[in-house]
Amino acid sequence: MCLSTRLVTWAIVSTDDRRRMSSDKAEYKRQETELDELYQEIILDHYRNPRHKGRLSAPTASEEGYNPLCGDEIILDVEVTDGVVSDIAQRGSGCSISQSSASMMTEVIVGEPIADVKGLIASFTAMMRGSDDDLEELGDLEAMAGVRKFPVRVKCATLAWHTLSQALEKAKSS
Amino acid sequence: MTTSERIGALDVARIRRDFPILDRKVYGQPLVYFDNAATSQKPRQVIEALTHYYETSNANIHRAVHLLGEEATAEYEGVREKVSRFINAPSPECIVFTRNTSESINLVAYAWGRANVSAGDEIVVTVMEHHSNFVPWQQLAQETGAKLVVIGVKEDQTLDLDDGLSSYLSERTKIVAITHANNTVGTINPVKELAAEAHRAGALVLVDAAQSVPHMPVDVQDLDCDFLAFSAHKMLGPTGVGVLYARRELLAEMPPFLTGGEMISKVTIDETTWNGIPAKFEAGTPNIADVVAFGAAIDYLSDLGMQNVREHEKEITEYALRRLKQLESITIYGPEDIDVHGGVISFNYPGVHPHDVGTIVDRQGVAIRSGHGCNQPLMRSLDISGVARASFYVYNTAAEVDVFIDALGDVGDRFNG
Repeated sequence: MCLSTRLVTWAIVSTDDRRRMSSDKAEYKRQETELDELYQEIILDHYRNPRHKGRLSAPTASEEGYNPLCGDEIILDVEVTDGVVSDIAQRGSGCSISQSSASMMTEVIVGEPIADVKGLIASFTAMMRGSDDDLEELGDLEAMAGVRKFPVRVKCATLAWHTLSQALEKAKSS
Repeated sequence: MTTSERIGALDVARIRRDFPILDRKVYGQPLVYFDNAATSQKPRQVIEALTHYYETSNANIHRAVHLLGEEATAEYEGVREKVSRFINAPSPECIVFTRNTSESINLVAYAWGRANVSAGDEIVVTVMEHHSNFVPWQQLAQETGAKLVVIGVKEDQTLDLDDGLSSYLSERTKIVAITHANNTVGTINPVKELAAEAHRAGALVLVDAAQSVPHMPVDVQDLDCDFLAFSAHKMLGPTGVGVLYARRELLAEMPPFLTGGEMISKVTIDETTWNGIPAKFEAGTPNIADVVAFGAAIDYLSDLGMQNVREHEKEITEYALRRLKQLESITIYGPEDIDVHGGVISFNYPGVHPHDVGTIVDRQGVAIRSGHGCNQPLMRSLDISGVARASFYVYNTAAEVDVFIDALGDVGDRFNG
């Protein structure tokens, strides 16, 4: 291919087009900040070093959560002893948000009574729907609030929690 | 150098002015639209054709005796002729309008398949088929007891044909259904050679041309395929219009797919005789307005010249591949040889999910696709859950590739920085 042909795609931008193609610097900054809030260090840390990864040898209940749109997958093993979530393991694959949300969730619910865990599920899903009422109760999980600015990713953040809710239902009936 | 000077395969500056959507901003940035394999943007000529039809000649087609009905019929049938010429079909009778590529393939799998495939027969597909050319055949095989034979891919995601297509064929092979150009890794398959080999074995050939007709010259008589399917919306046309090309004899023999209005010759309480082809396969009021607007899309592409379209995409794809390869530790899928690689590039960052890649570049105005791309069997064969994909069209520029590459730099910074 000759050099003049190579140049075509660079040479085609007219003054009109340049004006049209100008970028909004303030908006760019704002988007960068939103991305910073989405990909916080704590979230990336849980993504890279997932907690409670693996499986339990004798779970009270197991549940699989799947998001067919993105292919995110979470499998939870839950052990319930005397009304308390005594152990949990999670495995699966997916984006940083779905995987870190699962990892963070396992850290906060081990050792908690089921009633409290259910309250936490409600608070977390309320936060993801936009509520700021229970932020204090959620502690580190508040980091996930940044996902709310990315509506298509909210379901990634809630996948583990919906799966947990179903696993606890199963555990109750088993 | 003036900007109107035509230097390369396409006058992209002029083309860009025809696409109103390219004026909009996304998160404050100029839109860089690299999701063309999913659907293309529409030039104002197409949008105006749609409005013009509704404002001047809207009526139902085929049986009206009034002027508007006559005009609407002429416009609708005129586009059938345009489509026929565009892919060099022997006659407009060989062109059936459907809703999309999936429906075109389903039409064949149901109408031809249920009449011609039975237990013990074989259907050959490839692992790189879009679900639209995989699931209908898998279902037909399961329903009839036929065997689904799947051609695999080699390391560079070209078809594994080292032992020839014949190694996948038997005297029971009824049809070979194969994609012309893959929608995620971009492989262009040698469908002409494969069709010849399949025909020697007595099998028919269906070509999924959803990713080829919009991007390169396609001549159905040269390919010598029996069926070919594609969609208007991937080639500057409106959504809701698909095309099925089929050889005349096959259409004449095949039973109808959907029954009802328009597709009949005579209906009595006891029986119905079918209309001639292609009307037999177009039951009910079709998507008249969008077919008419599709005609404007074909005119637009014909004016550009499909060989020029292909050259332009080759140039952009080569440039994008070269820039992507400079990024650290990125995995790029698809064949190295640009002659068998369409305007689609799939890639992955190690340790970064494609959805995260998609989100980060989106906030910088760059629209790409992330996920399995309706290619789950292929993704499984590559042992990945998905890819990030950039796909190009006539209005894309190297300057946009630069914006995209800069945006990707942010992915590396955030995840590996």
